[in-house]
Amino acid sequence: MILEGKKRLWAEYQKEIPDDNYFYVRSCIRQNFFPASEPTFLRILRDELKKDIFETPFHTTCSGIGYHSDIVPMETTMTVVARQFALMTEAGYENYAASCITSFGLYSEIIETWKHFPEVLAKVRKHLKQATGREFEIPQSLVHASDIVFKLRNEIAAKAKFKLVNKHTGKPLKVVEHIGCHYSKMFPSKGVGGAEYPYVLVGMIEVWGGEVVDYPERRHCCGYGFRHYLVKANRGYSVANTKKKFDSMEPYKPDMIITNCPGCPYFLDRWQYVIAEMEGKTYGGDGQGIPALTYEEVAGLVLGYNPWDLGLQVHQIAVEPLLDKIGIGYDPEAKYKGPNGEDLGKPEMPMSIRCC
Amino acid sequence: MPDFGYTINKQRVIDLDKNDGQTVRRVRQLEPSINICIGCGTCTATCSANIFTEFNLRQLMLLVTRGETANLRKDIEKCMLCGKCMLACPRGVNTRNVLLAISRIFTENE
Repeated sequence: MILEGKKRLWAEYQKEIPDDNYFYVRSCIRQNFFPASEPTFLRILRDELKKDIFETPFHTTCSGIGYHSDIVPMETTMTVVARQFALMTEAGYENYAASCITSFGLYSEIIETWKHFPEVLAKVRKHLKQATGREFEIPQSLVHASDIVFKLRNEIAAKAKFKLVNKHTGKPLKVVEHIGCHYSKMFPSKGVGGAEYPYVLVGMIEVWGGEVVDYPERRHCCGYGFRHYLVKANRGYSVANTKKKFDSMEPYKPDMIITNCPGCPYFLDRWQYVIAEMEGKTYGGDGQGIPALTYEEVAGLVLGYNPWDLGLQVHQIAVEPLLDKIGIGYDPEAKYKGPNGEDLGKPEMPMSIRCC
Repeated sequence: MPDFGYTINKQRVIDLDKNDGQTVRRVRQLEPSINICIGCGTCTATCSANIFTEFNLRQLMLLVTRGETANLRKDIEKCMLCGKCMLACPRGVNTRNVLLAISRIFTENE
């Protein structure tokens, strides 16, 4: 083996991720789907790892959902994105960190377009100046928030209170990792490990003690894909994609799923309920489902945060069996209590899938 | 079950590992000319049964080749064995015998 050639080849699959000083932009839908994931990310970076991460309330949607649904034209999208970059420039930051995979893909696409078509960039600068009076610099580095957690995974592991290990058997938990399609399928060089060997979540799982499940449909879409879902009549196609993944991973008996996209954990979580209602099929043991978590939630669990502070009670699939396996203590009575102890009310339990 | 307003789309993937590979192997033994079929559809275009029913010899041979044989028993019965397809076939496939071979295998398996 010629090591020099090997290193050169692998260099294409590596990604420069800055150490500190991030300008963070939230996702539109994650704040609703899994409301504690982004605050957990900020808590870990600020409180645990003492990093400088800035966010501004003036940030808006990147319009990615509208763009990918053929509703918002590209030039409008570019001007909206240029405004986000202007907010970063005004705040004095150069490292742009997106919480949303689709935003990340969209930013990558736009920056790449501007590289090849400088006249489009000039036009967008003009549009932004006319519309808002703002000017902007293109970020020095563009990363997804999961890239940052990947970069800091060893530091998180050093502070970990729990490992992804089944405390009853002592064996690593079997973890399915699912990468959002817009992370590296659009621009392979922008993701850790490219589109062929996405390593961003695998790296976290390995360092935190779990075992990665390699199953046939590992790289298949979760079923979200905006146009699959937005029109109600198409949703049968969306859920069919999810079912295909679950049918494929079922023989490996995974303990949990970890994802880095806004839509994926939501669809992998909620569609399990729909599949159970429609076909009576469940994929976890004992009539339960397989918990689908975000990487921030998993990082929070590893660091020993209270599961209910991580928002795990808003998952459709019950996480208690997973917490029991890892040995994380929790108060069942506090599951549906708000941050100030107010009663949030218990949700109606489904008939076809056990939710504890 | 709640009314979701949609159902789970059925997979259209041809899973060669799970499908019936036995039938096509046996047909190839009984009538080797099936191997030179190019799937042009001339057999179906000239088929009298196809005019009056949904019988489609090209489709039937394709499904047998893929191993998707579960629902073909009834289809075969629609053929009148006139042999026009054989005369029209540009590759000289003995289509009538292919069909008889399939029918024979199904009967044997019953």
